[in-house]
Amino acid sequence: MELSGAEIVVQALQDEGVEYVFGYPGGAVLHIYDAIFKSQAFKHVLVRHEQGAVHAADGYSRSTGKPGVALVTSGPGATNAVTGLATAYMDSVPLIVISGQVPTPVIGSDAFQEVDTVGITRPCTKHNFLVKDPRLLAETFKRAFHIATTGRPGPVLIDIPKDVTDPNVTVSYEYPKSIKLRSYNPAQAGHLGQIKKAVELVTKAERPMVYTGGGVIHGEASKELTELVKHMNLPITQTLMGLGSYPGTDKQFLGMLGMHGTYEANMAMHECDVLLAIGVRFDDRVTGKLDQFCPDAAIIHIDIDPSSISKNVRVDVPIVGPVKSVLRDFLRLVKEESWTGNNQLQQLWWQQIETWRSRLCLNYDRNSSKIKPQFAIETLYNITNGELYLTSDVGQHQMFAAQFYKFNEPRRWINSGGLGTMGFGLPSAMGVQLAHPGKPVACISGEASILMCIQELATCKQHDLPIKIVLLNNGYMGMVRQWQEMFYDKRYSHSYVEALPDFVKLAESFGHVGMNLERPQDLEPAMREAFAMKDRLVFMNVIVDPEENVYPMIAMGQGHHNMHLAPERELA
Amino acid sequence: MRHIISLLLENESGALSRVAGLFSARGYNIEALTVAPTDDPTMSRMTLVTAGREEVIEQIKKQLNKLIDVVKLQDLADGPHIERELMLIKVRAEEDNRPELMRLSEIFRARIIDVTETSYVIEVTGTGDKLDAFVAAIPNGLITEVVRSGPSGISRGAKGLTI
Ligand SMILES: Cc1ncc(C[n+]2csc(CCOP(=O)(O)OP(=O)(O)O)c2C)c(N)n1
Ligand SMILES: [Mg+2]
Repeated sequence: MELSGAEIVVQALQDEGVEYVFGYPGGAVLHIYDAIFKSQAFKHVLVRHEQGAVHAADGYSRSTGKPGVALVTSGPGATNAVTGLATAYMDSVPLIVISGQVPTPVIGSDAFQEVDTVGITRPCTKHNFLVKDPRLLAETFKRAFHIATTGRPGPVLIDIPKDVTDPNVTVSYEYPKSIKLRSYNPAQAGHLGQIKKAVELVTKAERPMVYTGGGVIHGEASKELTELVKHMNLPITQTLMGLGSYPGTDKQFLGMLGMHGTYEANMAMHECDVLLAIGVRFDDRVTGKLDQFCPDAAIIHIDIDPSSISKNVRVDVPIVGPVKSVLRDFLRLVKEESWTGNNQLQQLWWQQIETWRSRLCLNYDRNSSKIKPQFAIETLYNITNGELYLTSDVGQHQMFAAQFYKFNEPRRWINSGGLGTMGFGLPSAMGVQLAHPGKPVACISGEASILMCIQELATCKQHDLPIKIVLLNNGYMGMVRQWQEMFYDKRYSHSYVEALPDFVKLAESFGHVGMNLERPQDLEPAMREAFAMKDRLVFMNVIVDPEENVYPMIAMGQGHHNMHLAPERELA
Repeated sequence: MRHIISLLLENESGALSRVAGLFSARGYNIEALTVAPTDDPTMSRMTLVTAGREEVIEQIKKQLNKLIDVVKLQDLADGPHIERELMLIKVRAEEDNRPELMRLSEIFRARIIDVTETSYVIEVTGTGDKLDAFVAAIPNGLITEVVRSGPSGISRGAKGLTI
């Protein structure tokens, strides 16, 4: 088949089975847009800012497991995409971002809308390519998809100079069926000897603990994880990125760990004697002070990325491999040993955990006349039966959502963990909604975060995306204010969000439905009404208690056992 | 401890900056870096000298291996190896210093490869220590310019770093 470079871009995406491309046109990608115009290969979703395009592709990917695709022009198009790339990179999300570039003969001449896109994006992509010849396009796309989706996934950028997509230059096209890279061979299975050592440790443990993260979700290993944890009656905690890969409503689940984790999860981490860490990277928001991290534990770490192992915390039994196959082998070995459990010890350990749990660290004032943010999330949880796809922005509302919305399935909780990108919530929800038509999708946000990508309300209108936005409006950059209250003597320097828009009118001006909610008793009926509007985007502006704080909290530089509980809990 | 890490890299544009960028982004120490094509035109060979605690070196090697363009990596400190560096040094060489400079060159098995009425360019190869010693041995005030290649390294024995 003879195709132009622009046609190859479109055809390669089709050959990869791409359903949606999130994009924004410009000079350097005009040839590609012209090829898109003439093709039915995939649906193009016009966003209103390139950051939105990448976040939307990201939401699509996180909620499906398939790679998300975005298309941007050179220069400002590419720089606008950088935040999206860094967000996806930190959370290991497979994306393909295609950027236009100035024509090859003028590269390096400071041409109009020229930036060194591969240079700028090198540290925030898994890999990137500059394609200087249309004959290399097909192979590059194949490589890019392969790299993005295998091993530890991540975003890959393909930068294409305008002359490479010239409609008047055609080359022969055949999409490679398979690809092998001599320099890239992610592990296909874990080392059995290491897995045996790990099994031995866990079966002999007196106080075992499981700590899992996003890797279990990326590795599609929820089923295996749940089976193992159930079979061995282990207590389990998860990171912000891991929620949903083990049922959040199950008794063995101790809640999220880390800075705003539960008392029981953090205490169990601190006291355990064997830690089984799966698909995690020992992030500082999770570990607290490193030299006080799990002081008595032998640590087993299963991960696909060797560089995650012993990076922050020295590991005793490293296992490099895909979590799914490693957990399968693990469970098989446990069963072969006909291990029946160490009932007495396990009972003591569970008793201890229940004592911690009885502190009810997430309790809050349910009789408040103001809407507590926790109450808003609980109400949302109840009226949606825990079945939402829920995206989030960044701040207190994100932590409250992680603490109070219980996810029983993976790929339901979509948020920016590693980079903590305000503005992620709304555009990522667009990708989620497109991937799951007819399913309830909501975005939890704050009045500061939502304004960072508010322009995407127009995209939602154009593409009829009936997302439900639940804005926990506290009038502050709450998470910033909380730190200023606790560590800067209440000097609220520039964390008050003044001159807010009238969110109802704002939503309406974009053609959506807006609601103001101020009283706790109105919340449930209003949310029900909103979710009943199955084909409308509803923007719920929920006025919440302005000075509520997120507890428990581990201050920076403290160990898991040094938690602040809510002041009224602290006395209990 | 000091480590010499040998890398086979895909001969792609940008491969060098991926390695250099990794070191600056993660705050790793880099003492010297050399890179040149090999007998296989699709690959280049890099020798990288770094120093740090063993955990850090471990991370450096893992992070390097993670780069898509890195085909193979070997830490030469893991076994017996040979290390050589080339130095070109320009010195003031007038009538009265010439005998001393020639004697030193002989002792260090260096070669004088350029001569003018007032200067020599001397070529020396060896380990870094040897080059340091040569520089130190040149009488005060005579050195005009020093160019060092940074070390290249290779393991001893029959086995090679190949694919
Ligand atoms: C792009 C970006 N800028 C700044 C920050 C730092 N930051 C973290 S939370 C936060 C406040 C968020 O306020 P809001 O959206 O109202 O949420 P709340 O904490 O009040 O729930 C800020 C400024 C960030 N995470 N991302
Ligand atoms: Mg706020």
